[in-house]
Amino acid sequence: MNDMRISERTVDTTKAKIAARKVQVHYGANHALKDVDVDILDKTVTAFIGPSGCGKSTFLRCLNRMNDTIPGCKVTGKITLDAEDIYDPKVDPVQLRAKVGMVFQKPNPFPKSIYDNVAYGPKIHGLTRNKAELDEVVETSLRRAALWGEVKDRLSSPGTGLSGGQQQRLCIARAIATSPEVLLMDEPCSALDPIATAQVEELIDELRSQFSVVIVTHSMQQAARVSQKTAFFHLGYLVEYGETGHIFTNPSDPRTESYISGRIG
Amino acid sequence: MTDASIPHTPARVSLIAPDERTRKRNAAERRFRAYGLAAVGVGLLALVVLMASILGNGLSAFRQTYVTIEATLDPAILDPKGQRNPDDLAKVSTIGYGRQIDAAVSAAVARAGIPTDGLTDKQMSGILSKEAPAQLRNKVLADPSLIGQTVPLRMLANGRVDGFFKGRVSLASAELDSNTSPEQLELAGAMRAAGLMEVGFNLGFITWPDASELRPEAAGLGVAMLGSAYMMIIVLVLALPLGVAASIYLQEFAPRNRWTDLIEVNIANLAAVPSIVYGILGLAIFINFAGLPQSAPVVGGLILTLMTLPTIIIATRASLDAVPPSIRDAALGVGASKMQSVFHHVLPLALPGIMTGTIIGMARALGETAPLLLIGMVAFVRDYPAAPPEGFFDPASALPVQVYQWTQRADPAFVERASGAIIVLLVVLMLMNTAAIILRRRFERRW
Repeated sequence: MNDMRISERTVDTTKAKIAARKVQVHYGANHALKDVDVDILDKTVTAFIGPSGCGKSTFLRCLNRMNDTIPGCKVTGKITLDAEDIYDPKVDPVQLRAKVGMVFQKPNPFPKSIYDNVAYGPKIHGLTRNKAELDEVVETSLRRAALWGEVKDRLSSPGTGLSGGQQQRLCIARAIATSPEVLLMDEPCSALDPIATAQVEELIDELRSQFSVVIVTHSMQQAARVSQKTAFFHLGYLVEYGETGHIFTNPSDPRTESYISGRIG
Repeated sequence: MTDASIPHTPARVSLIAPDERTRKRNAAERRFRAYGLAAVGVGLLALVVLMASILGNGLSAFRQTYVTIEATLDPAILDPKGQRNPDDLAKVSTIGYGRQIDAAVSAAVARAGIPTDGLTDKQMSGILSKEAPAQLRNKVLADPSLIGQTVPLRMLANGRVDGFFKGRVSLASAELDSNTSPEQLELAGAMRAAGLMEVGFNLGFITWPDASELRPEAAGLGVAMLGSAYMMIIVLVLALPLGVAASIYLQEFAPRNRWTDLIEVNIANLAAVPSIVYGILGLAIFINFAGLPQSAPVVGGLILTLMTLPTIIIATRASLDAVPPSIRDAALGVGASKMQSVFHHVLPLALPGIMTGTIIGMARALGETAPLLLIGMVAFVRDYPAAPPEGFFDPASALPVQVYQWTQRADPAFVERASGAIIVLLVVLMLMNTAAIILRRRFERRW
């Protein structure tokens, strides 16, 4: 596989799924994210790249309000999902997170069976009416996460007994089981070996047909391989955002160029 | 990089022959290991001495001397009116029954052909416990048809006679003893040889209530064990839900600010408050202010709950804290509410730690004496408390308090009783700790 292969740039839509305007994030006195404006498109993989501590994960966690759980974190500005302000006081973050799923850096399956891991989301949101429907959701989710073939005979064995790559795909299956509209992935491959990484990347490309996927990554090759749009963050600023091919071949900002060519970061 | 020359080149160190530094380092390590071993050894030795002393003194409490004789229950004394009317029967005091026993003993001794050396009937029956007439009376009142029959009786021997067979009392010491004469002990020896007396398992030590100073042979742990069990029920029912709920709130929901910090520091301090202080608090609040009865398991249980709460809260918070944050993220990430994430994922993972903390806190409460002394549980209680919940308000004793009480009595037979009670207490504590270990093993899950 050519590591610097630029994936097919077929952006099917120009409809913005998530729109962020003037987003500021403060952790206590630390101003972590400054004036971020971005439109994340539907059915597109968007990659956030940038050096450590640049705010890309922070911004990702703003999109499903996971930052609410961090004491001292304050988000200002406006983020809309389908034109609804997700920081509106009337919004229940629990409902939001069912629509905006998340996959974390380290695979974190629940210490329960594979089946229960996937079934948990649909259960708590009441998405299914009976066991047969739930079984179907579990199977579909595991199939879409390309894990069904490997685990279909041991759905009742613990999810923590799988290999790292399988665990991460299980987490993806768990995230898509609630039929989210957006899937956020925070460095989903950083704890995986190259083979598992390739599997997950392939999966991300397939998921694009149903969801808008936002992926934070430290690997520029990965961003180039999986994404159609790329955003480069540096020191809390969104420096450049555009077509992945454009960012990697012809960046307009000198900071982006320095980072991509390995001079900073 | 720099031009500065290295001041001196160290001599090449052989890997085979260690240099001075290495030797010193290794010697220090060996010394440290020796200290560690010595410390463990001293601890083990102390434990062995403790166990040997307690077992040596206390095991004999589980064996007791019994006298087995046949007695003819004379209707003329026990039921002068001959109506078998329960009210009339109850009028006959233990003195009447004592005469029956006097007669029965001398008859049995004569039948066995044992020389009596001029001992009177009264002196002969002195080898029996002072509890014996009362036991016989209870038996007859329970079954009046026994009157007029010749029934086999198995009665407690006197504490001195019991001590004689256990080696605590000798003929020489009986010489100086106003309670028992050497002749009585010789008679007891002869009766044992004739099969009228035997040493057997002492179930009464577990089931009977406490007995007075003069009848150590009849003293048992029944009331104390019931009292302790009642208190443990109260502690479990109150401290576990309160403690777990408080810890979940403090750990998972409460904002981190000055107030929660203050609460946290105070909980840690409460865990270190001497138990007698809790006793004074309980006396002031539960008895003087709230008007709850003295000596009642409910008050003891409430005080022990207060004492156990900090332990449970600290253990629960520690085990909640040990659940990796990634599990909480995972639950929140699929859209679980805070409470769902805690009750579906965090709490089950913390459960083994919570159970261990609870059982260890309860084990500590079970062995607690000082606060119970202050609320009157040190009283001499002969009546079993009723079944819960009414029984929670009846007077009762507690295991550690019973030990304390028995060690204060003059009769050396109570040394054996106190040590026996300590054995019972230790066995219960060991069972609780074993349960804690088993529960932790069973429910421990890895992630």
